[in-house]
Amino acid sequence: MSETHKDYAGAKLGMWLFLFTEITLFGGLFLLYSVYLHRYQPAFHQAAATLDTFLGGANTVILITSSLCMALAISALQRGQQARCKLMLILTVLMGLGFLVNKGFEWSAKFDHGIYPGSEHLRGLPQGQDTFYSLYFTMTGLHGIHVLIGVVLLSVVLLLVARQRVRQDDFIILENSGLYWHLVDLVWIYLFPLFYLIT
Amino acid sequence: MNQAATLPQSIPPGYLASSQGKGGLASWLFTTDHKRIGLLYLACILTLFAVGVCLGLIMRLKLITPGNQLLTPQTYNAVFTLHGVIMIFMVVIPSIPATFGNFLLPLHLGAQDVSFPRLNLFSWWLYLIGSLVAVLSIFTGSGAPDTGWTFYVPFSERTTTNVSVAVLAVFILGFSSILTGLNFVTTIHQMRARGMTWRRLSLFVWSLYATAWVQVLATPVLGITVLLVFAERVLNLGLFDPTRGGDPLLYQHLFWIYSHPAVYIMILPAMGVVSDIIPVFARKRIFGYKMIAFSSLTIAFVGSLVWAHHMFTSGISDFAVLLFSFLTFIVAVPSAIKVFNWLSTLYKGSISLEPPLLYTLGFIWMFSVGGLTGLIQGAAGPDIHVHDTYFIVGHFHYVIFGGTGLGMFAALHYWFPKMFGRMYDRRRARTAFWIILAGMNLLYFPMFVLGMEGMPRRYYDYLPEFATGQFISTVGSWVLAAGLGLMFWNLYAGLRRGAPAGPNPWGAATLEWTLSSPPPHENFEHEPRVDHGPYDFAREASHE
Ligand SMILES: [Cu+2]
Repeated sequence: MSETHKDYAGAKLGMWLFLFTEITLFGGLFLLYSVYLHRYQPAFHQAAATLDTFLGGANTVILITSSLCMALAISALQRGQQARCKLMLILTVLMGLGFLVNKGFEWSAKFDHGIYPGSEHLRGLPQGQDTFYSLYFTMTGLHGIHVLIGVVLLSVVLLLVARQRVRQDDFIILENSGLYWHLVDLVWIYLFPLFYLIT
Repeated sequence: MNQAATLPQSIPPGYLASSQGKGGLASWLFTTDHKRIGLLYLACILTLFAVGVCLGLIMRLKLITPGNQLLTPQTYNAVFTLHGVIMIFMVVIPSIPATFGNFLLPLHLGAQDVSFPRLNLFSWWLYLIGSLVAVLSIFTGSGAPDTGWTFYVPFSERTTTNVSVAVLAVFILGFSSILTGLNFVTTIHQMRARGMTWRRLSLFVWSLYATAWVQVLATPVLGITVLLVFAERVLNLGLFDPTRGGDPLLYQHLFWIYSHPAVYIMILPAMGVVSDIIPVFARKRIFGYKMIAFSSLTIAFVGSLVWAHHMFTSGISDFAVLLFSFLTFIVAVPSAIKVFNWLSTLYKGSISLEPPLLYTLGFIWMFSVGGLTGLIQGAAGPDIHVHDTYFIVGHFHYVIFGGTGLGMFAALHYWFPKMFGRMYDRRRARTAFWIILAGMNLLYFPMFVLGMEGMPRRYYDYLPEFATGQFISTVGSWVLAAGLGLMFWNLYAGLRRGAPAGPNPWGAATLEWTLSSPPPHENFEHEPRVDHGPYDFAREASHE
């Protein structure tokens, strides 16, 4: 075990398998969403109208831009531009945090209106709206946790880049973290229309 | 006992000894050596297996006579729940892949280790933490979970017992299983030695490959399902609560989308073990190598499309019932292909009834009975009659204990000399086998009859007309326990005092037998160049 050989293709394959598991994890929730949407279409449309499309749209733009920065960070390191890579990573992390702050505003506004899982207000709404909000909190919540993990992960990678542990000839950790970040972005790209735009 | 008990010096230290001055407990708990991790799993799994067996024995003892008061109803519910949760999630699912898979996969490929050794260690730690959290759920909160291992809603949301902690444990254990699967798929793709083509992979590796894909693709669905149960209880979501517009049926769908494929996580590796053992003791090449390998993949694929056969009485549409019934029959085909290929391998073979083959034959018998009774439940009509009765309990234990359990014991007896460098007493191993087989059939066969007569599963008490079957079943549990005791004691005695086994006691042709027993830390001194298949015995003999 003394000589540590780096298996680039193996690490990539492992990461892709992990992304599959993330997709099936969210897949269970998307399945629930589709069944309940089918069952409670009018209620879903009404409930979706109460969500703040502007905040949601802003978050979508933020995440897509952050994905761009992530890709730029990787290509920068591949060309040996370490400083540029660090800058792009910092931007990505900041945008991830911005997304979470936005999300926080959005959720707390909902809480102020008495909309939180199991609230009296929700129980009084027409059937199906409660389900919509439960799905909304579960799916955006689980996604938010993923964003948080991504922010922490990318911060660690930033540190590794700064310490030359991740560099031009050994950037698989950066690349795999990038794949993870793109997946988080991709999930949001599905969540946004499903919750905000189906009014 | 063995006459050669005084020859321990002829056993090479191998991976069991400390290396480079590093010894002690830490060298095990933080090892990245796949062989040691395999043994860590083995120790944990056998311990938890013992716990599960004791719970089963208590349950059977309570059911020995109608009206028996040995356990309170609440305790009884907790006991069958814990028996199920421990046996399914902590023993059977990791059983063969995590122990023998870890130990053997790199050896069968001619590799130094798995692709991600540290991730492998992390999986084991997750497994340990998950098991500890599960134990925690028994002793904390307001009582041990009483829902059955399936955690069906709405009861699992309303019960005041400690379900929240238990489902968290299942989530952690699932994560561990996913990471093992991910590691194995990558390892099989990336770590094969020169000349180890896909057609030269052992069938055990093929079965691990199919299993690993199921672990990767199905387990996350279980993860989200139990997370939802947790969230429903803790955050008050109401997604499965009918009074709030939720649908409990969707829970059952999600649960079985994982849990049916999970039975293939349980059985496929055992099929791989059997496919590797039979040719060695029939001294013949495996019959239908390609079909056996292919049928593993088919089982993994079709097996993920049949989940709703657990829900025929739950109120799904007639069309869905017919569709899932049909698909269930389809999935029986690849299993049957395997059985016929094993029998054809034995046909006109030069058979030596060593303990590994004996346990393997036991597997084939038990699996065939279990598989055929499975079809009775897969058929939409009869299932209405036997659904949720002792019939399903009998079927499941024939397949999983008789199948996976005996497969695991076959693997233990086959690879024991490789793992520890010593041989157990073979005659006593045979005796133990016959006692175990008799015990199993005595324990589980009456359940088919009881189920046909209408005895529902999980009931605390029963009518007098079921007394005979219940009594025989309980007696069977004692016979089985005695057999298990003899088998493990025999293995333990072999571990302490067994004669040195030598590198290849069975004359097998897979790569692990080219190494010393136990194998050295770094496995192969040079990367091997593979020029023959896993069952090429003539070739192997001419080398010696
Ligand atoms: Cu099933």
